[in-house]
Amino acid sequence: MSTMENADLVNDRKKILQPAVLDLKEVSVLYSGKAAVKKVSCQILRNRITAIIGPSGCGKSTLLRSLNRMNDFVDGVTIEGEILFADQNLYGIEVDPVQVRRRIGMVFQKPNPFPKSIYNNIAWGPSINGYTGSMDELVERSLSQAALWDEVKDRLQESALNLSGGQQQRLCIARALAMEPQVLLMDEPCSALDPISTSRIEDLLFELKTHYTIVIVTHNMQQAARISDYTAFMEMGIMIEFGETDQIFTRPNIKRTEEYVTGRFG
Amino acid sequence: MEQLSPIEFPVGKGSNTSIHKAGMRWGEFVIKIWLQVCALISLVTTAAVVVLLLVESVKFFKVVSPLEFFFGTRWVPLLEPSSFGVLPLLWGTMLITIGAAVIALPMGLACAIYLSEYASDKIRAWVKPTLELLAGIPTIVYGYFALTFVTPLLKTFIPNIQVFNALSGAIVVGIMILPMIATLSDNALRAVPISLRQAAYALGATSYEVTTKVVVPAGLSGVMASYLLAISRAIGETMAVTIASGQTPNLSLSMLESIQTMTAYIVQISLGDTPAGSVGYQTLFAVATMLFLITLVLNIISQWILSRFREVYD
Repeated sequence: MSTMENADLVNDRKKILQPAVLDLKEVSVLYSGKAAVKKVSCQILRNRITAIIGPSGCGKSTLLRSLNRMNDFVDGVTIEGEILFADQNLYGIEVDPVQVRRRIGMVFQKPNPFPKSIYNNIAWGPSINGYTGSMDELVERSLSQAALWDEVKDRLQESALNLSGGQQQRLCIARALAMEPQVLLMDEPCSALDPISTSRIEDLLFELKTHYTIVIVTHNMQQAARISDYTAFMEMGIMIEFGETDQIFTRPNIKRTEEYVTGRFG
Repeated sequence: MEQLSPIEFPVGKGSNTSIHKAGMRWGEFVIKIWLQVCALISLVTTAAVVVLLLVESVKFFKVVSPLEFFFGTRWVPLLEPSSFGVLPLLWGTMLITIGAAVIALPMGLACAIYLSEYASDKIRAWVKPTLELLAGIPTIVYGYFALTFVTPLLKTFIPNIQVFNALSGAIVVGIMILPMIATLSDNALRAVPISLRQAAYALGATSYEVTTKVVVPAGLSGVMASYLLAISRAIGETMAVTIASGQTPNLSLSMLESIQTMTAYIVQISLGDTPAGSVGYQTLFAVATMLFLITLVLNIISQWILSRFREVYD
């Protein structure tokens, strides 16, 4: 073993292991009895970016949506196993899905701002949830966190639909951040954006992870390698491998993972 | 190296390379003319109606001053001393329309919200056709329904109600326009993208908040357009109010009395023995012109709102 590899190993062990925010235990998601996600177990660690990669239809978006109960709106969905959030099962009968979604926010594939002003897009979530602080401050802070403030500060009352696609997506991120969520779920947030907007959002995620826990689904492997700390590789509903991103991309333990990340299939 | 022979294409070979017209396609020509004639017939009919209404109205206003017509409060066109104040008829129409709107606007929107946001596909598949069936009932049946069922029912609560009254007419007209509002508003609400609902749910909104604060505001212009179309239908409604609400021009605020709407007056004159060319006969056209203008304006406004609505999510 070379000295360099040795140093790497030591470094790995030195990394402070963050506590788990979400703890998935044998989670299966079934559409009318047919499993789209099969017995997935893993932990989402605090202040880390976890990427879920895999070919189309592998169940990565389905898994993501089960983390804040957005699958509830699909007819015929059942969930098996447990997803623990602060020691409570997200699917326990006493759990209110509305409360879950206030704490676990989501950014979607296609930017979906409300047909309201920029200001009201941000203020809407906090106001329905009884936010009592200064709304102006919250709007400015959220837009700044999403690196959008400088571009829109002079036109907060304009319709959000006038923004470009990349700006709209950052607005959607700011809207989710205004709720001060404990986890931010992102479902291929850059797939509808051009490369410049994409790199802006990637830079943004890097800054956000100091405050937030992020789970991002992407079919762009370079993106996963660039931004994430942990990577999960899924195929046909099964989580094939989960580990630190460096390890998944350079020394995967499983042949399928290696084939996928080196682009030999998928 | 062996020479490759050039690939031969059958197309373009031979002497016939003309791309000129081979001749008239007669079938196509005949069909095109036929379709144009059909379109023309409806245009000509509309134009003829408008011209007729205007010409006869002008004759009427040569005899009766517009001031008396629009601001007079007595409508006695056929008896001496005659008086041609249209306000009692206009008021009769308004009573019916307001009453019907009070019933149908909130209920229609509630139906639409239920259908688009809460009903399962199975329930929707039953409820929507049933609602649309309501729209297929002949209006004269509604009239008899009002006269023989609604009014006697009202009489058990309100003993002094007249046999012909504005209230029962308004109720059945309300029922009549309900499906129109429910169906059109449902379409408008369903046109609001799912992604907006998801965005709202992901911010911790309840179904009620998503519906009232995102879906209905986003679909509001479509809902308003359905309201206006339904109101213009209520204004133009004829048979039900003629049968249920009577033939008494009345400027009273009470909905328990017999009234006469503009449409009911037109029925009365059309059926009666008023001699053609007389002033009494010409009132028909003056009233009809007014009715036509009111519904035309409402339809134009609702079309305008609808076209604006379509641009939002392009």
